[in-house]
Amino acid sequence: MEDEKCFMSSEEWQIVSFTVGMAVLSTALILPAGVALAWSLARLRWRGKALVETFVALPLVLPPVVTGLVLLRLCGRRGPVGHWFYSKFNLDIVFTWRAVALALAVMSFPLLVRTVRTAIEEVNPALEQIARTLGAGEWRVAFTITLPLAKRGLLAGVLLAFARALGEFGATIMVAGNIPGATTTLSTDIYQLVQLGEDSHAWRLAAISLALAFAAVWASGCLMRRPHT
Amino acid sequence: MFDEASPHMIEGISADFVRRFAGGPEIRVEALQTPADAGVTVVFGASGAGKSTVLRCLAGLERPDEGTIRFGQETWFDSGRSVFVPPRKRRVGFVPQDYSLFPHMSVERNIGYGLIELPAMERRSRIRETILWLGLEGLERRLPLELSGGQQQRVALARAVARRPCMLLLDEPLASLDTPTRVRLRGELRRLLRQLAIPTLLVTHDRTEALALGDDLVVMDEGKNVQHGLVHEVFSRPVSLAVAGIVAVETVQPGVVVENGELVTVAVGDRKLTALGNELPAGAREVYVCIRAEDVILMKGEATQNSARNCLPAVVHGLTREGPIVRIDLDCGFPLRAMLTNQACEELELQINQSVLALVKAPQVHLIPRSA
Repeated sequence: MEDEKCFMSSEEWQIVSFTVGMAVLSTALILPAGVALAWSLARLRWRGKALVETFVALPLVLPPVVTGLVLLRLCGRRGPVGHWFYSKFNLDIVFTWRAVALALAVMSFPLLVRTVRTAIEEVNPALEQIARTLGAGEWRVAFTITLPLAKRGLLAGVLLAFARALGEFGATIMVAGNIPGATTTLSTDIYQLVQLGEDSHAWRLAAISLALAFAAVWASGCLMRRPHT
Repeated sequence: MFDEASPHMIEGISADFVRRFAGGPEIRVEALQTPADAGVTVVFGASGAGKSTVLRCLAGLERPDEGTIRFGQETWFDSGRSVFVPPRKRRVGFVPQDYSLFPHMSVERNIGYGLIELPAMERRSRIRETILWLGLEGLERRLPLELSGGQQQRVALARAVARRPCMLLLDEPLASLDTPTRVRLRGELRRLLRQLAIPTLLVTHDRTEALALGDDLVVMDEGKNVQHGLVHEVFSRPVSLAVAGIVAVETVQPGVVVENGELVTVAVGDRKLTALGNELPAGAREVYVCIRAEDVILMKGEATQNSARNCLPAVVHGLTREGPIVRIDLDCGFPLRAMLTNQACEELELQINQSVLALVKAPQVHLIPRSA
């Protein structure tokens, strides 16, 4: 093999960086909304809360290909979201990198919300109340008391969401396909390579996936265990 | 500390409200009025009597179901007019039982948390001033976890007073401390509250604390405020059997220490009593003298030799039968209450206006210091 002297071939490098980049992008996209939703689920009482909770948890339990199919229908050029996006920006969503980011975001959103919600619920509300008696408004309470004290859970949630995005397959292949150099991620490429009988190549990518997943879970575990400072 | 003119006039709370809990008790506060001076009003009662709920309603952390809460001219809550001032606008200093220090902030940042509106310079000097005043020098950078219970209490107090609140609300400020620390800090807290000169409402279930820290006393029973008055008046003249049961000490009289050694001599009016000095700080002068009715022994006739240190000539003023027990009101220069069985009372043939001798052993005369 010509690339033997290098750790990864340029093609592999493209796929790994694309996958990691998409996972980072999707996690960054869902972070503000995810934390806001987690906070309101943990701290506020509102109508329709149970409904929203169930809806957000759906991607966890639905077969990923079903989620992908729904996204495909919504975001195709004739779907409501896709139509609006096309008329506004003259851009397609499905079968582009945007569809990859969307699929990863939708699939990892529930993990982020659940983890962050639990972390926020563990913060003693008495501390928030004291902050209010000291003149703090709700934003200040959230950003100086609640979120800093939920910091570890927050980071763990981000890492979990990121790790889930790295490995996403079913929804991605439905809504973004497997277009080499455009929408191919680690998972879809491995699948493709095995189909083509290129097992050794597939194993190399599998090893890379394992290393990435291991690093993410390891980091998240370290953050959870570290005592409060 | 607060040598410059306080931005707030000293005013009192007037509250009349009901707070209901689903399937639980009902907290009903009627015509609660704290004095418009810088004194300490103690809210006293057994656990579960609703004391903390009252405090939380005043702080705005809980919303009563109906009624009104006013502070001076301000209305903090009025169910009829849908007024509810949120806690951040009430300017009360709240110190909860567990202190609730922010665990991720240093002592300094905890104290400065409520001073965000101040310009940076003024903020820093206010923090400094508060730290010095509460004796927290050297602990500025510590985290709450690295503080002792007593230090945590002072930081919580510092955080509450740094904003110069118009009212201080303290929920069982000494309850989470171990006994020796509690005894030591009781005197210190009294001194701090005196110096602060901020009207204070303090919740406690501890009799000694109520006597040592309070000027006024509000007794709570089953969710209701049942009696309000000067501390020793409430303790000596409970309005009902329920209150008498709660306060439990029947005789409480202000006294002055005349001699403080192994034995302490205290003057109550023109009578002198002897007590043990174990718990009394060396410089204490003003005290409350507490005697439980069941510790008073009555004798007829001459004072023959006996072991009791206190032997007081007294006149019977009242006899109240409560089942097998008779409560006897005596006058021995100050009002003293005794408790005898029916049988003992009959054997002594006690009658109104009869002269007797009241005997109390020195260890049963409890002294509670009123000044540090």
